[in-house]
Amino acid sequence: MMTKNETERRDIETLLPWHAAGTLSRRDAQRVEAALKEDRDLARQFELVREELGETIHLNETLGAPSARAMERLLAGIEAEGTKGRKRQSFNLAAFIGERMSMFSPRTLAWSAVTAVLAIVLQAGLLANLYINEPGSEVPSAYKTASAPTRSLGPVGSYALIGFTPQASAADVTKFLEAHKASIVEGPKPGGLYRIRVSTTALPKNDLAAIVKQMQNDSKIVRFVAATE
Amino acid sequence: MQATSDEALIGRIATGDKVAMQVLFARHHVRVYRFVLRLVRDQTKAEDLISEVFLDVWRQAGKFEARSAVSTWLLAIARYKALSALRRRPDEELDDETAAAIEDPGDDPETALEKKDKGEILRKCLTALSPEHREIIDLVYYHEKSVEEVAEIVGIPENTVKTRMFYARKRLAELLKAAGVERGWP
Repeated sequence: MMTKNETERRDIETLLPWHAAGTLSRRDAQRVEAALKEDRDLARQFELVREELGETIHLNETLGAPSARAMERLLAGIEAEGTKGRKRQSFNLAAFIGERMSMFSPRTLAWSAVTAVLAIVLQAGLLANLYINEPGSEVPSAYKTASAPTRSLGPVGSYALIGFTPQASAADVTKFLEAHKASIVEGPKPGGLYRIRVSTTALPKNDLAAIVKQMQNDSKIVRFVAATE
Repeated sequence: MQATSDEALIGRIATGDKVAMQVLFARHHVRVYRFVLRLVRDQTKAEDLISEVFLDVWRQAGKFEARSAVSTWLLAIARYKALSALRRRPDEELDDETAAAIEDPGDDPETALEKKDKGEILRKCLTALSPEHREIIDLVYYHEKSVEEVAEIVGIPENTVKTRMFYARKRLAELLKAAGVERGWP
């Protein structure tokens, strides 16, 4: 059985080739250097290692280089890939979306889903509004372009801009909107802000400010809120 | 001026940049070729294989995770390709070739000594090592790969890398001794 010193020496011995090639970590290189200073046999063996290193490099350098054929063959292969392989790969939308979705946390996904649902409901409401209250026409099937007039958002009412905290769950947001009798009418805007209607009537400035202040108090889910037009 | 890093080149290759592919090829093809040639011992085959190695890089660049150096990745692909090519050869041919190579330095030690060139004998003994030993010696001494990198390329544990290198050197010493060169180790 080897003693601790013998084991250590054997360990150092196995590291000599990497020390000669300069590919040891600083810590191991220091260990080897220290051992080489103290152990003459090891130092002699290190000289043999350096000899092997030099001749291995010499041997490899005499092997020559590949001809231009290798590069030509590669480029031909790449061309073939370009016209066949790469074009053949069809775009898989489901896989693409799946891959992107997997990057988000469940909470982010839940919040995104709520936003999407709200957007759909809002859009449906707007379309229904356009359909039913078409000015100057009682014909329900009147054709309109997709760009709805901004007036349809309903200028009457009181509005606020609101941003929710990343921790806010879909349930929290729904509960919050219900508690304040508010509804999302637009968004998300840059910065993740939403335009919400806090009243169907135009409230006096002070009343609107009081509602906004109340909302600010719910700091667990509200990160920003301010009155807006 | 600083040359574009290998990792940056791989990023550009992933987007289909052929010039980046040519730069990477120019930078590494000779070393990869020599590594493969030492394994397959056939120049034409080695040239074909390096084209395949770099074509794989073209295809897989988007999957490169930069957990290892690009040169380590290239050598790992090259090794896999070389071994696959060797496996396609008849076993008999492989055995004959290895046997012939191992007999080389021991054939006529006196003649070898007459050359009075220790370096030449050493190089001859290096070519006579088994493919396994030749490979590890090349990776450590010529390709300057660390213990961890060799482990990654060859697919063996780090401790096995160390012991394999030790025994490769020991075998080299035996071949040298047979050729009349006594080095006092092991």
